[in-house]
Amino acid sequence: MIGTTYPPAAGFVAGDRPQIVTSRFQYADAHTLHRYLATDGYKGLQAALAKSPVDVHADVKSATVLGRGGAGFPAGVKWGLTPQAVWPRYLVVNGDESEPGTYKDRLLMELDPHQLIEGSLIACYAAGLSQCFLYIRGEMAVAQERVATALNEAYAAGYVGKNILGSNFSVDIVLHWGAGAYVVGEETALIESLEGNRGMPRLKPPYFPAAIGLYGKPTIVNNVETLANLPWLLREGVAAYTAIGTETSPGTRMVAVSGHVKRPGVYEIINGTTTFRDLLYGEEFCGGIRNDNQLKAFVPGGGSAPWFLPDQLDLPFEAKLVGAAGSMLGSGAVMVMDETTDIVAAAYSLVRFYAHESCGKCTPCREGGTWLERIMKRLVDGHGTTRDLDQLFEIGQMICPGEFPHAASDRLGIEAKPFPFRMTTICFVGPSAYTAVDSALTLFRDEFEAKITQRTLIPVSAGASE
Amino acid sequence: MARLNEANVVYAREIIGRYPKARSATIPLLHLAQQQDGYVTDEAMKHIGELVGATSAEILGTATFYEMFKFGPVGKYLVNICTTLSCALLGAEELMHHAEQHLGIKAGSTTPDGLFTLEHAECQAACTEAPCLQVNYRHRNRVTPSDLERLLDELQDGRLDGEIPAHGTVARVRQHIPSDRAVGVFAPDDVTTAPVWMPAQTEVPK
Repeated sequence: MIGTTYPPAAGFVAGDRPQIVTSRFQYADAHTLHRYLATDGYKGLQAALAKSPVDVHADVKSATVLGRGGAGFPAGVKWGLTPQAVWPRYLVVNGDESEPGTYKDRLLMELDPHQLIEGSLIACYAAGLSQCFLYIRGEMAVAQERVATALNEAYAAGYVGKNILGSNFSVDIVLHWGAGAYVVGEETALIESLEGNRGMPRLKPPYFPAAIGLYGKPTIVNNVETLANLPWLLREGVAAYTAIGTETSPGTRMVAVSGHVKRPGVYEIINGTTTFRDLLYGEEFCGGIRNDNQLKAFVPGGGSAPWFLPDQLDLPFEAKLVGAAGSMLGSGAVMVMDETTDIVAAAYSLVRFYAHESCGKCTPCREGGTWLERIMKRLVDGHGTTRDLDQLFEIGQMICPGEFPHAASDRLGIEAKPFPFRMTTICFVGPSAYTAVDSALTLFRDEFEAKITQRTLIPVSAGASE
Repeated sequence: MARLNEANVVYAREIIGRYPKARSATIPLLHLAQQQDGYVTDEAMKHIGELVGATSAEILGTATFYEMFKFGPVGKYLVNICTTLSCALLGAEELMHHAEQHLGIKAGSTTPDGLFTLEHAECQAACTEAPCLQVNYRHRNRVTPSDLERLLDELQDGRLDGEIPAHGTVARVRQHIPSDRAVGVFAPDDVTTAPVWMPAQTEVPK
């Protein structure tokens, strides 16, 4: 080891709950092979190798391991989309976590890299993937160091490479790293980036790189947290996995709660049953809104998700229910805004992000995002006009024609418009640029009007939290 | 300011050797060039093009897409303050304003002594620890204005040298695949059969 020091990776909050992916976070040396082996490490891989690849695939499919990257697509189904008898097949691990509000994959890579390596190996074995590329976001220096160290250890100990654990299963895991581009989290853009190109999403169809992916070959792209579930699943079995959570959303998921709560943090929660009220107000979770303020709105699933109001607090973390209520669970990121929040400025913060991160390939996103940002800036600065509000909706129609999903509100007397939306762009960056604008304008139009008629300037928040 | 030096060419070839197509090594090699010179030079891009089989224009095309690559000198310490929503809700703009005042520069520029470059950054995956920032891509959490001043002082005095390398170096640990353990790479079109551990005709489980 080189003589380096690390500040502790802050954020994770443990509790008296099942731990599938965070069980080693309590150890200061969780990232070492030594600790990993002392805590059931690589036993999931051994269990997998004792079965046929088809049986391992069947386990992952019957456990309904949902993708944790954003779309929530079941991993076992995704693996099955590779065309028959087309080889080679590749695995690309998506560690490009950069969705606003999302903080979980970095923790998994920094604190328990062997778990990710083991999960990747299990996926390669089950789906016949002959090489794995582990793509870590460029800006995550510590995660890159921890995973590099773990891979070096795992190669030396015979867990990765040729004839793993003396079997005929052989796979190389190559650490790859990016250089700063949000859109690269989209799986076809990730593949473009991995091929050495500008990270622009590919035209669809094919909708899944499982058909045509890296180097034109079948490629599975899985999120870090998704793969981190597999060692536990193979070790403890499908029944133990599905005993946690609900039938449609089994297991746990990591959720980062940020913003105006008393105890922001990353929590591993039970999937499907934990509600937003539990998470925001529960004593074992965030313990309520800071200063006991009123909750104004919250983003339930990362910056790309339409906003919720206090009306939606009793919804559980279940994709269908949240979708019907007008949003999505996305990447497990809840951003909380209390009564002091300047809604227009908050929406501007997100639209600026997406306008900045547009790759420029699709015109509605490139031009629309830029105009949304400019108009929102004008409104925030107190130079907006009533015409601007219509203009925002019109630009939204260019990116997402038709009615846009939104939450129900008792106060406004409006019903929910369920997810998803139609879109004129290849990927979700374009619609995401419009999402915060639409949510803010639909649910808090009075604040936009106040910006125009009263022309006062207020910062995003009333100040930093105590 | 130049092509990759001898030691870096050796490492570059090691990286290239891990991919079925050399071009995939482009981004790692651009990082290597930036580590060598502090930013990505034209000569380095030409050299990388020779190594991976692309024109220097193609390498430039890739490099300019990504935020982390710089094409001129930046400070020894790149201070990126996140201003996306979670951080904005907890005082990121105020923190940025304070940093600008303290350093006497605007975001997007470098102090005259070449020590600090200040940048607005987007979400850094530390949202529960807002407001956060990165110095050369290493996180600092829940940063108050006085924390920021202390951090800048410590950087200036070299007290954080053991933790934060100069700009250009991201990860200090490199992956090395031992040759006796490596499976090796194959041109994608040369592989036509299932890997040995897979049954030839796999059925998708129901």
